[in-house]
Amino acid sequence: MKHARWRDACAAAALLAMDPRGLGGIVVRAAPGPVRDAWLRALRAVLPEQEPMRRMPPQIPDSRLLGGLDLAATLRTGRPVAERGLLAEAHGGIVVVPMAERMGAATAARLAATLDSGEVRVERDGIAQSWPAQIAVVALDEGLDGDEALTRGLLDRLGLWIDLEGIPISVADATPVDTAAADAFAIETASARAYLASRPVTTLPSSDEALEALCGVAHALGVDSPRAALAALRAARAAAALRASPVIEQEDCELAARLVLIPRATRKPASVAEDPAVESSATDGAEQAQQAPHDSVARDSVARAGDASTRAEGDPLSPPAGDPQALAEQILAAVKAFLPAGLLEGLIPSVAPAGKQRGVGQQRSGRGAVRRDPLRGRPVGTQRGDPRRGNRLDLVATLRAAAPWQRVRRGDTSRGCIAVRTEDFRVLRREQRAATTTIFVVDASGSSALNRLAEAKGAIEYLLAECYVRRDRVALIAFRGQGADVLLPPTRSLVRARRTLSGLPGGGATPLAAGLQVAAKLADSVCRQGDSPLLVVLTDGRGNIGLDGEPGRERARVDALAVARQWRLQGLTALLVDTSPRAHPAAQELAQTMQARFLPLPYADAAVLSQAISVATLGAGLRARAIDGGARGGPRP
Amino acid sequence: MAVVFPFSAIVGQDEMKQALLLCAVDPRIGGVLVLGDRGTGKSTAVRALAAMLPPMRAVVGCPYGCDPAAAALCPSCRERIAAQESAVRSPGKRGRSPQGALESALVRVPVVDLPLGATEDRVVGALDLERALTKGEKAFEPGLLGRANRGFLYIDEVNLLEDHLVDVLLDVAASGENVVERDGISIRHPARFVLIGSGNPEEGELRPQLLDRFGLSVEVRTPTELKARVEVVRRRDAFERDPISFCQQWRRAEAKLRRQLETARQQLDAVTVPDSALEQSARLCMALGTDGLRGELTLLRSARALAALVGAREVAASHLQRIAVSALRHRLRRNPLDESGSDVRIERALTEVFV
Repeated sequence: MKHARWRDACAAAALLAMDPRGLGGIVVRAAPGPVRDAWLRALRAVLPEQEPMRRMPPQIPDSRLLGGLDLAATLRTGRPVAERGLLAEAHGGIVVVPMAERMGAATAARLAATLDSGEVRVERDGIAQSWPAQIAVVALDEGLDGDEALTRGLLDRLGLWIDLEGIPISVADATPVDTAAADAFAIETASARAYLASRPVTTLPSSDEALEALCGVAHALGVDSPRAALAALRAARAAAALRASPVIEQEDCELAARLVLIPRATRKPASVAEDPAVESSATDGAEQAQQAPHDSVARDSVARAGDASTRAEGDPLSPPAGDPQALAEQILAAVKAFLPAGLLEGLIPSVAPAGKQRGVGQQRSGRGAVRRDPLRGRPVGTQRGDPRRGNRLDLVATLRAAAPWQRVRRGDTSRGCIAVRTEDFRVLRREQRAATTTIFVVDASGSSALNRLAEAKGAIEYLLAECYVRRDRVALIAFRGQGADVLLPPTRSLVRARRTLSGLPGGGATPLAAGLQVAAKLADSVCRQGDSPLLVVLTDGRGNIGLDGEPGRERARVDALAVARQWRLQGLTALLVDTSPRAHPAAQELAQTMQARFLPLPYADAAVLSQAISVATLGAGLRARAIDGGARGGPRP
Repeated sequence: MAVVFPFSAIVGQDEMKQALLLCAVDPRIGGVLVLGDRGTGKSTAVRALAAMLPPMRAVVGCPYGCDPAAAALCPSCRERIAAQESAVRSPGKRGRSPQGALESALVRVPVVDLPLGATEDRVVGALDLERALTKGEKAFEPGLLGRANRGFLYIDEVNLLEDHLVDVLLDVAASGENVVERDGISIRHPARFVLIGSGNPEEGELRPQLLDRFGLSVEVRTPTELKARVEVVRRRDAFERDPISFCQQWRRAEAKLRRQLETARQQLDAVTVPDSALEQSARLCMALGTDGLRGELTLLRSARALAALVGAREVAASHLQRIAVSALRHRLRRNPLDESGSDVRIERALTEVFV
C-alpha cells in the first residue's frame, strides 16, 4: 500500500468500520471500475461478517425503501401484514448506493432522516410502524462531469469523503483482500472494534484539545457545518482507537482532516495563502496527486501517519500541550497539500463554472427528476378505472375499496381470500409537468456587452421570482475571451442564483460558436432530465473567435452558423436578442439558421427582456405539453 | 423514550428558540417555519422543545387526546359520554358536567414527526384496514393529524413535501379541524396543532402561499465565530458520549424554562394590548406593504406571547420590535431587483415607525 491516497482510502474504510453510526457514511467519488471494486472489497473485508451490506438502486420506490403493506401476505391471510423495507433490512450494517448522483432529492432526504433518527418510521398504506435502522451510507458518486450530484443535506451527513480518481489500477490491485497485509488490516480493525466495544463510550479518549484544534481547522478551511467538525472529531477518535491508543494524537487529527475537512474546503486557509513558497509546494503536491506520487518525499512524509520523525515541513516541534491553536496550525500545515488544485488557484467552488467542477462538494440543483415515461409521472391520487387501458393499477387502493365488502361477499368465495370485483379497481392518477428550463447564452465580450450581462442578470432574477409558481428553472452561460462557461447551472433557487450572479466577469473577444456549442450541450442534458429547454441568446451575432480558438471574423462566422444549424437539427426552441445598437444582418442570419425567434432590442431593460421571454416560454411550454399529451394517450381526469 | 438533547443547551440560535417558545405559549400564533443552513440544529430544537414542555391533561383512551375541560370534544369522547349517560340516566336529560364522567390523566404534549414518504391516508386518517379486513367493519382510523391534536406537527424538509399533502396540512392547521370524506367515511375531528416546518432554501424555493400560512419565520445560520462553533461541537460530543449525565447538568435550566412557560401560559389572557401598540403594528405593516391582515394579527399575538413570557403586563414597543422580523420577514413582496434582504427592509421600517 504505497500510494498515499489509496492508503487514505483504505484508512477511511477502516474508520467507517470502527464507527459507522457516528460517521454516518462515506462519499466515494469514482467511476465504476476495478479501483472502486477493490475499495468496496476492502470495506467488506474490514466489516464484521454479520453486518449486512445492501446495495440500493438510486431509483428505488418508497414501498421498497421504507416498507409498507405486504400485499401478497395481506391477501393470503386476510389481515394487513407489514413488510420491512431495505433500510430496515440493512439495520446494523451498510447501505451502498451506486450512481448516488442520480438519486432523487426525496430519496436522499429519506436516507438523511434515517441517519438522523436511527429508525424508519412508516406511515403508508394504512400501516403505522417503526423499525430500527442503524445504518451507514456508502454513496458511490459517479457524476464525474459535474452534471449531477448528491443533495447537500445528505452530503453533509456523510462524514468521510474520498476521491478514487487517478489512483492507478496497479496500486489498488496490488492489495487484494486475501493477502496477508489485508488480513492483518482486517484483524487490526477487528481488534480495535473489540477494544471499542469492551469499554463504555465515556472512557474513550478525552479530546478537548483535539476538538478545538479540529474546529479551528474547519474554520480556517471555510467548512461551516458543525456536522463536519463533529464528524472530524469522531474520525480522529476512531483513528486513535484503531491504533488502540488512549489519546488522540496529532496524526489522528491529520487523518481526520484529510478525510473529512479537506474535501469540504471552500477557501484557502489564511496562513497558507500568505506564504508563496508554501502555496507553490502545496500546488505541487496537489498536482502530483494526479500523477504518480510514489517518489514525492514531501507527500510520503505527510501521509505516513505515525512516522513522526519524517513528518512534513513546518512542524519540527511537537505541539505544546494544551494549545489547540498551535495544533490546528500544524494540522493545517500538514494537510494543505491535499487541498484540491482548483481551490489553490483561487476558484471558489460556489462560483466556479459548472463545466469545470471537480470534487465531491459541488452540486447542482434539479438532478434526478427524470420524467420521460408518461406512465411514471407523479402520482396525485387514485380513481376508479380500468387497469387494462394503459393505466397502472393501484393495488392497495383497490384492496381498500374491496375490503369493507368482504363480509357481504363471503358467500361467493372461499375463506381467507379477498373478493375483488370490477368496481373495486382503482388506477393511479398521474401528473406530469412540462417544466421549462430557460438557458441564457450571454455575450460577455467587450465593454458594451457588460451592460447586457447586467440585463440578463436582472431578467434571470425576474424569471426566478416567478419560478416558484411555474416550477421552472433558469441557467446562464456566458462566453468571452477564449471560451464559454456555464456560470449558473439550471436552478430554481433565487438564493443560489443571486449568490452566483453577484460576481460575473466580462470583457475580451467573442467566441460565439463556442458559446452556442456549450449551450447546445446543456440543452441536451436538460432534455435528458425531462425538461424542455428554452434558449435565449443575447448577442450582436458578430463573433471573432472560431471553434478552434483562433481569431478571425470569417472563420468565426462559419463556425457559428454551423453550430446554429446543429441547433436547428436538435429542434431547440430559441430566442435571439440582437443587442447591437443598429440592426446588423449577422444576428438575423444566425437567427434564421437556427430557426430562432428574432428580437432586435437595442436598449432593453430587464423588465422588457423578461416579458419577451415569458411570451416565448409560453409558446415552448404549450408545445411541450402538446407533445406530452400526445405521447400519453391515456385518459386524464 | 430516548434521551433528547436539552433545549436550553442549544448554543445560540436565539431567534429560533424564541419563536418556538412563543408558539408553545400561544398555539394560535400559527406555527414556525425554520429555514437555514445544514447542521444548525433545526430538528434538534424541535425535539428538545417537545421534551421540555409541561405535560397536559387528556382523556384516557381518546385517540385525539381531548382536553377533559374543553367545550368541544371529539366524536369518540362524545360517544362515550352519551353511552354513559344512557346507561345511568334516562336519555335526553343531559348531565350538568358530562366531562366529569371521563377519566383523564397527565400526558406528554404530542410532537408528531411527519415522516418523509407518508401517504395521504395515514396523514388525514382513513378506513381501518385491519378491522375492515378481519371483521368487515367500516371504522375510522385516525391519522397523524389526529395524533398531533393539541401538540406539534413537525415537518422536516417541508419543501420536499408533495403539494397535495401541503394543501391538506395548511387547511387543517388553519381551521383546527380535520374533515375526512373518503373510503365511504365521513367524519370530522379536532386537529389543533402547531405546525413547524423546516427546510433549506437552497434545495428549492417555497411557494409564497405556503410561506404566508406560517405564523413566524426564522432563519438560522451557522455560527461564524470559532468559539461558538467549538461550543456547539463540544456540547454535542458530550451529549453523545454520555447523554444521561449531560441532561442531568441541564436539568435545572430546563425546569426553570418549563416554569417560565407555565407562568406565561397562565398570564397570557391577562396581558393587555394598548392602542398605541395596535397603531404601531398597523403602521409597521403599512410601511412594509404586507398583503392582508395576517401579518398584523400574528405580530400582535406573538408580541403578547412575548410579553407573557418575559412577565410583562402590557405589550410594549420593545416587544413588537423584538418579534417584528420573525413575524413579517416572509410576508414581504419580493422585489427581485432590490438587493437588500427582507430583514434589512424590516429593520429600516422599524426605525421609521419607532422613532
